[in-house]
Amino acid sequence: MHKIASLFAALALSVGVQFNALAADVTTPDALVKSVTDDVITIVRQDKAIQSGDTRKAVELVETRVLPYFDFAHMTRLAVGRDWKTASPEQKTVLTQEFKTLLVRTYSNALTQYRNQQIDFKPLKAKPEDTDVVVRTEVRQPGAKAVQIDYNLEKQPEGWKVYDVLVAGVSLVTNYRDDFGKEVRAGGIDGLIKSLKDKNKQLDATASAKK
Amino acid sequence: MSPDGCRPHRKHVTMIKDKPQSGSLATRPMVLALALALTACASTGGHPKDPFEPLNRATFSFNETADKYVMRPVAEVYDYLPLPIKVGVGNFFGNLGDVWIGVNNLLQGKFVDGLSDGGRVLVNSTVGIFGLFDVASDMGLEKHDEDLGQTLGSWGVGEGPYIVLPFLGPSTVRDSVGLIGDLQVDPVWQFDEVAVRNSLTGLRLTHRRAALLGADTTAEQAALDKYGYMRSFYLQYRLNQVYDGQPPRVKDPDDE
Repeated sequence: MHKIASLFAALALSVGVQFNALAADVTTPDALVKSVTDDVITIVRQDKAIQSGDTRKAVELVETRVLPYFDFAHMTRLAVGRDWKTASPEQKTVLTQEFKTLLVRTYSNALTQYRNQQIDFKPLKAKPEDTDVVVRTEVRQPGAKAVQIDYNLEKQPEGWKVYDVLVAGVSLVTNYRDDFGKEVRAGGIDGLIKSLKDKNKQLDATASAKK
Repeated sequence: MSPDGCRPHRKHVTMIKDKPQSGSLATRPMVLALALALTACASTGGHPKDPFEPLNRATFSFNETADKYVMRPVAEVYDYLPLPIKVGVGNFFGNLGDVWIGVNNLLQGKFVDGLSDGGRVLVNSTVGIFGLFDVASDMGLEKHDEDLGQTLGSWGVGEGPYIVLPFLGPSTVRDSVGLIGDLQVDPVWQFDEVAVRNSLTGLRLTHRRAALLGADTTAEQAALDKYGYMRSFYLQYRLNQVYDGQPPRVKDPDDE
């Protein structure tokens, strides 16, 4: 019995090691952001389908390379704000799932617009014991002012996770709070869930209509 | 929503009316919008910074229609131009704007940035051939983004109610007042010849709109209610600008 347990432990460990070898450098938050960004950009630069607007391929790329480093439960909690506490565990799960779908679909599309912009990483201003940090980056392009992109990360048992992205100071997450609050006031948490589902369905329909 | 939402606004309107009307066409729709906004004052409920939401929503949907049928199609055609030409256009207007950006940096007490902006104008207007090439950025003189609204904000002037301006889009009372000031000193508006002034204004607005192609699709897809999404976006964006990219980080009270 003991033997089997240790065998499983060894197996789990080797799988874990393999996973880590494939995955990004997750030891520090800035190294994590840089490695994921470099990874994604290298792929987009070579992928003609994504460059010409293939949303499904962009979503696939984001799902495999980016999502493992995002904490969507935290993001959804932030987006919903104070109404989050009134949601049941089941509602929280559905909300998180629908919000994740909406964010992934919307911002994967933004990847198809990538055209050789250069990304600069600012030095991390954080103490080693910090568990909540901001990684600052800048997207540079000719003829325009650089666009600031900041990532908020939180240290969790399994490593650093992104819980907010700010473009030019605008949080992609809390930007939804007014919107979501209005939905909850009008139709409760279930009303918000329905609106999110409808929105995702509508995006699905437009995406397939384009094909 | 507190019914007091109207009070600071009324004060601002008086302020604008007291200013000499320099005959600038651009100020007139703004004063009109502010005056109209007063009549919408009775609105209740909703966003604390948006007491004029019904009027704002009407202006917003007007702007959306104008954009759909005029601005966006024109910008899409413009976008076919080769990149070096578009970059040149952006650099040219950027150079014209750098003087006022520098003045605003000085007004905000950022003397190094202000001097650097002056340096940019000198370099780009000469070596950069009338500003068509941004040589200064290559030399390490970074491009800044300032305006009178930001300067007022850095002096502690509150943004006041949110307003959607006809054609120009999201603003606040503070930023609208700032914009009137910005336009008074804008180099393009100093041209006496109407044809030159209008052509340059048209080109500048088209260039600006073209730069947002793509981003507008993203906003369209992201938002449940585009009006509310854009309002939240604008307010966060301006706060970030006033603090030069580093607004105070507050722990979210709703984040348990």
